[in-house]
Amino acid sequence: MTKDEIKAEIKGVIEPYVMQKELLDNLSDEIQLIGDLKINSAHVVDIVLDIEEKYDITIDDESINKMNTIGEAIEVILEKMKKD
Amino acid sequence: MSELFAAIIQKLPYSPPFLFVDEILSADENSIKGTYKLKKDEFFYQGHFPGNPVTPGVIITEVMAQIGLVCFGMYLNSTSSPDGMDGKVPVFTSSCVDFYSPAYPEQTLEVTSSKIYYRFGKLKCRIECHNRDTQQLVCKGDLSGLLVNKNELK
Repeated sequence: MTKDEIKAEIKGVIEPYVMQKELLDNLSDEIQLIGDLKINSAHVVDIVLDIEEKYDITIDDESINKMNTIGEAIEVILEKMKKD
Repeated sequence: MSELFAAIIQKLPYSPPFLFVDEILSADENSIKGTYKLKKDEFFYQGHFPGNPVTPGVIITEVMAQIGLVCFGMYLNSTSSPDGMDGKVPVFTSSCVDFYSPAYPEQTLEVTSSKIYYRFGKLKCRIECHNRDTQQLVCKGDLSGLLVNKNELK
């Protein structure tokens, strides 16, 4: 899977948790889940659980702390998919 | 009530008139059950409603959260952090509930909470509240919360 494919899929995963949908129009790697997309930290947990199920991977405490931006989230997914 | 259950209630961060747990009846890795008896003179009956006291839905939700999330979370953490809530506060993050029947002063609410997941500090549960006096379902739904350090709250 390419980065762009994962980004398109992640957009679908986070969409229900984003109140201002127009923020999803230009989803650059630097966009922060909490800071920019205004997702609360409780919903970040739901997003991570959705991602685990979708890609059949396990994300640990250390990895979730690295997933601050869209780009970092994609990196973690790619890394975990390689390992599993 | 077991010593652990009594210790959990004693360490709850609430106090009257906003402490809504009397007893923890049982708990294990997957579920908890507890009760709260609505007092005749609870502060909210003064206004909800004058001369016609009915327990507000938000209070029933709070009873469910205090037993089903906060007590349960403290139970699940009891092996790793025996000091309970020191330096931490529970944060209510979401609720989606439906109400089925009313609860009146001096009736006892029995709350049963089943874990949906507990990951990354977030506890999400399916919680039911029954009225012990009428044997009816009062409220049912999914609630979740987080434990955060006091200094992280701004």
